[in-house]
Order: sequence, then C-alpha cells, then structure tokens
Amino acid sequence: MSELDLNKKTSEMLANSKANVKNSKKDFTRPEDELREVVAPDGSIIKINPLYDYFSDEKPKEELPRGGVVEKFLNWARAESIWVLGFGTGCGSIEIPPLVTPRFDMFRYGVQMRPTPRQSNAFIISGYLSVKTLKRVIRTYEQMPSPKYILALGSCTINGGMYYDSYSTINRLDKYIPVDVYIAGCMPRPEALLHGFVKLKELIKAGKAEKANEYARNFDEYKANQKKIIKDWNMPDYNW
Amino acid sequence: MKSFIEKLNSKYVLQEVVYQRDDLVFAAIKKENAIDAITYLRDYEDFTHLVLMSCVDWIEDGKYQLLYLLHNPILKNDIGIKVYIDRENPEMVSAHHLWKSIWTYQREMHEAFGIVFPGSPRLKENFVVEGWDEIPFMRRDFDTHEYAEKTYFPRGNRKSNDPAEYMRKKLYPSQPVTAKQRKDDK
Repeated sequence: MSELDLNKKTSEMLANSKANVKNSKKDFTRPEDELREVVAPDGSIIKINPLYDYFSDEKPKEELPRGGVVEKFLNWARAESIWVLGFGTGCGSIEIPPLVTPRFDMFRYGVQMRPTPRQSNAFIISGYLSVKTLKRVIRTYEQMPSPKYILALGSCTINGGMYYDSYSTINRLDKYIPVDVYIAGCMPRPEALLHGFVKLKELIKAGKAEKANEYARNFDEYKANQKKIIKDWNMPDYNW
Repeated sequence: MKSFIEKLNSKYVLQEVVYQRDDLVFAAIKKENAIDAITYLRDYEDFTHLVLMSCVDWIEDGKYQLLYLLHNPILKNDIGIKVYIDRENPEMVSAHHLWKSIWTYQREMHEAFGIVFPGSPRLKENFVVEGWDEIPFMRRDFDTHEYAEKTYFPRGNRKSNDPAEYMRKKLYPSQPVTAKQRKDDK
C-alpha cells in the first residue's frame, strides 16, 4: 500500500473512532492512538499508525458447512477436541481449576486448557462481565480461529444475576458475542460445567454449533451493540 | 486518648468528637486545617500509618465527607479525621506528599465522586471504569439501576424472592405460619 493510501486510511480510521464516541460527551482518543513518526536505526523515518499497522481491519467471513459425510466427520473430530482458553472473567473462574484435578478430570472428555487464543476453540465466560473486561473478551474472541464456541457460565451472563443494576456490568452476554451453551447457577458446580461441555459436544456433533458464522453474519449488529457501551473504542473493528 | 484529643483540640479546632472505642476516635476538622493536622499527627504524634481514606456523599447536606483513618503503631491507637467539603465545587488539598498510597485513593475518589485534588499525580487516569462519560458513578444522585436498564439490555421477567419466605414455602409447606413470622415478613 502506498504512503498516500495509508495516510488516507489513517485519517478515515481516526474520523471513525471519533464518530464512535459522538454519542459520548467526552473524546476518548488517546495520544498513543494518533499518528506518529519513528526514526529507524538507519536514520529513515517510519510513519506509524497504531490503529492500523498492527492489526487487520478485514471483516470476518462466513465459512459455510461442507455438508454430508465430510461435515459429520469434521464435527465428530471437533467435538472430541475442545481446547479451552485460560481466561477467567469473574468469580466463576475459580470453578475451572477443579476440572483439571483427578476428581473432575475434564481430559476424559477431550477438553483441555490452552494459554493462548490462537490455540483454543472454546471460551468460557466465567461469571459477571464488566465493560472493561468485555473489551478484552471481544479482542480475544476475535483472535480465536474458527470454529469457536462460547460457554456462558453463571446467571450473570444470562440476565446480569445479582449485578443486574450495576453501572459497569453487562446484563445479557448474547447481545455482544454469540453464546453456544448457557450454564445456569450462581455459581454452577464443576459438574455443571462438565455437563455444559457434554451439551456442547452434542451440539457440535449435531452441526448446531455454528455461532462463529452467526457472528460473521450479524457482525454489524454485534459491533453496534459493543460500541454502544465501549465508549473509548480505540482498536480496529476487527483484529485477528 | 482523651488527654491527647484535648491537646489536639487546643491546636486545631475539633468538631463532632466521637469516642468510638478506647483506641479509636473520630473528629471533624475544618478543610483549611486538615492537612496541617494530619501532617502534625504523622510527624509529631507517631500516627505514621494511613489505614484508609474514603468518601461519603451527604447529599442532603450538600457535602462530601472525606475520612482519613490514621494508625499509631506504637500506642496502637487509631484516629479518624473527617473533612467536610462542598458538594457543588468539590476540591480538597492533596495529601499525596504524605503517603504514596494516597495517590491511588485520590485517583479513585476523583473517578467515583469527581473530587479534584490539585497537584495529585496521575489523578485523571482511569481507575476502575474506562470511557465513563456520565456523572461520577458513586454519587448518590446517579441512578445505577436506571443507567443499567437503558444501557445493558435487561432481559425482563426478573423475579426475586424473599429467601426466608421462599424456603418456608418450599421446605415446610404444611407448617402453619406463626405470628412472629408474619410480623417479620411485613
């Protein structure tokens, strides 16, 4: 991309990020999001646009199921290896460590924990989600490779739970990211979480766990909802 | 403790002195003298440890009450210094030079109540919420329920039960309700 195009793109993005906060009374653009120039070791000057250079802004694409025997085989394979991202958001994250112990042992279901979103395909939203965490959750979710599944743990993700009237905690998770399985309770026991995994496996085998495609299909709607509450939106719209 | 409070009273005018316990006293000091008094307590009277600093919104009186709770590790005494500041124009002299931990308390109070502490480091940085553009959320005239309803897509059909009554109905439905229980329910 030529420098002129890049500059145009940059100014567009900055205008967009300012338009996002037009409902808001304040301007949350931070100094580190503005264009800057960096002197390279060889003396040349490099223009850096923090909102563009490090990320892609391409929208997610739908990957339609292949259908037939191939899809059935793939779904069987996917259901047997659910790799969960180690990301705890609320009090429910304390229910995840027991699953790695011999008593509950999630490995027998083909479930294991991974330290990075690039290697995982399941995301447990474990409990209440503040707006600040939601921003990180969205970024992490979008970095996970498709097909990806979300388990929403606890009543806070369903209707806000005991934080339904809080100023900083969301009420309904499915307005911001698509949810495959809800596990009700406050807090659900590790057995309930295991049951959620079994349920998820059933859904995957039946070919009904297509929420990553739903996210791609209704991308604009989800983004609008996300931007409504994340007022200091200082990242690209899609950053995988 | 009593003689010490009298000594302090002669130096700085104390109001609303409350002897909570043998080793815990609360007293209000005027805004102009407060930081002087706290500095005196820290440097001369061995109240070297800041336990906490907090804020109360007295919306009916149009005031914020700041509380500096100090601890004397030698005599194991605590003293709580209350300072009332105007609610309309909330500004307080910063005490960041006395304890570094006050930086964080003042940052929190700036975000939660909108109190300004001129000169306090990193005061305007985000503390718990990001991108907040409403009035400060811990003020009592900010309705969190209303804000949550209009912002976070409430699911509706929300029911809540009184735990005692619910348990009684579920576990002991045949047992008659006593007069005391009926009174408690009301």
